[in-house]
Amino acid sequence: MSLDKTDVEKIAHLARLAIDDSDIPGYVRDLGNIFNLVEQLSDADTSNISPMAHPLDAHQRLRPDVVTETNQRELFQSIAPETADGLYLVPQVIE
Amino acid sequence: MHNKSLSELSASLHNGEFTSVELTQHYLDRINAHNDNLNAFITVCDDRAIEQAKMADQQLQSKTAGILTGIPLAHKDIFCTQGVLTSCASKMLSNFVSPYDATVVEKINAAGMVTLGKTNMDEFAMGSSNETSFYGAVKNPWDTNRVPGGSSGGSAAAMAARLAPIATGSDTGGSIRQPASLCNLTGLKPTYGRISRYGMIAFASSLDQAGPMANNAEDAALLLNVMSGFDERDSTSVERDVPDYTADLNNSLAGLRIGLPKEYFDEGLDPEVAATIQAAIKVYESLGATIKEITLPNTHLAVPTYYVIAPAECSSNLSRMDGVRFGHRCENPKDLQDLYQRSRGEGFGDEVKRRILIGAYALSAGYYDAYYLKAQQCRRLVSEDFKQAFADVDVIMGPTAPTTASNLGNNADDPVATYLADIYTISANLAGLPGMSIPAGFVNSLPVGLQIIGNYFDEARLLNVAHRYQQETDWHTKIPTAFQ
Repeated sequence: MSLDKTDVEKIAHLARLAIDDSDIPGYVRDLGNIFNLVEQLSDADTSNISPMAHPLDAHQRLRPDVVTETNQRELFQSIAPETADGLYLVPQVIE
Repeated sequence: MHNKSLSELSASLHNGEFTSVELTQHYLDRINAHNDNLNAFITVCDDRAIEQAKMADQQLQSKTAGILTGIPLAHKDIFCTQGVLTSCASKMLSNFVSPYDATVVEKINAAGMVTLGKTNMDEFAMGSSNETSFYGAVKNPWDTNRVPGGSSGGSAAAMAARLAPIATGSDTGGSIRQPASLCNLTGLKPTYGRISRYGMIAFASSLDQAGPMANNAEDAALLLNVMSGFDERDSTSVERDVPDYTADLNNSLAGLRIGLPKEYFDEGLDPEVAATIQAAIKVYESLGATIKEITLPNTHLAVPTYYVIAPAECSSNLSRMDGVRFGHRCENPKDLQDLYQRSRGEGFGDEVKRRILIGAYALSAGYYDAYYLKAQQCRRLVSEDFKQAFADVDVIMGPTAPTTASNLGNNADDPVATYLADIYTISANLAGLPGMSIPAGFVNSLPVGLQIIGNYFDEARLLNVAHRYQQETDWHTKIPTAFQ
């Protein structure tokens, strides 16, 4: 399988990842090689095989719906890039 | 001091031969002397370690100390440590001072152990040579022109050079076992769910598992005792009692049924590594074990399956690194999209970006069934192979890695070649089985590891099998000349 420049740009957008134009040929090559490796899976007969999402086939545990975490806003925001009045700041989204 | 086992160190601390402060200072001095050369530590916790050691000494004096109280340890920088830089070897988290402790860290602190520092690793644990670290490559103490393996390469190099008496690691596709093999250590990846993943920065959540990296099986058992156990903060943690992993170490191996998968001795395995592994198997025969050739017919699917599942889960997990709440943020973002894209573009290194892109593609609309679902089905095929094998054998043995440590820079241009070298370790992660690597000899003065894979929750047996071998051999006691 081969990917082209447009594919890589589209995936990079989906992943919200800025990539330099000069790096795109390298990603086209490397991702193409990796997907060629992955293509080997298409030869495996997986009819009637159920997908394995968890190694022990365990299910998510449920817990009582009660508050267990204490408010640590100041601690957590002390490592944030930019905050004000207890809120995280990002560039303006709505005019 | 740095040639003693944990139980010997513990005895010396308890009988007052030396204090935890003295022991801790000894290791800090060794780190100071050798770390510039090896680059094994990202952060050294000098003052904090001495403070922890002083508290340990008080407990030792007041006879309230446990067996590991006062013993120093190094944490892989994937474990969140409150108040200490937790970078995961990424520029993205190069300013992340964790506001909380991982459960593993909490448990180890509660046991009275002393944190020497945080060890280097492949960025976000993605790599098997420790060359993808934002903080630079780690050198293998057995030959500093060579890689220590990865992703727990800093922990492995620190242990091999005796800069710490024990260390933590994590293993998503072999990241404890492969560096243990390349650095002559005893490394154990437990059953999935045995150890809490809370506060261990997530790479691929259905594969990640923490474990000990040690000088011998007894030391590994002692740390596993502390690390293991149910944690309600990790929804995949298993509710199951923790046995004393030292209890069965000396059990006889008479009648032990060892399976050798023919796929693990195929082309691609270095002939001298193969001969070293065969010699180790002979030792087991002399201990009364029986050997049986087995087959794991879907082994060839393991690497391609892994390179769908791990990137898919990583692309999802790493979406939380968005430059908003913590970690790297780009300068002067012009809008929110720009903030996300440039913060992530600048914060992540090449290998991490590659895997995020693979994962995003495999999970994107129209491709999910062809890639992710197919890989999950193949994962079951790989897992079923083991189920069948364990009907006839107690443990599975083979090489941990196809070769000894390669030269630095060897695989920089060919990611797929690097991926294929994980062929023997990845299956245990896909199946969720426990696996170990133990020192089995040397080829051209470089260490070779024997891998032992066990059935679910059979860690005690793995440790027993490893320990009895270490009673018969002295490979695990070898230390590189420059670090004796």
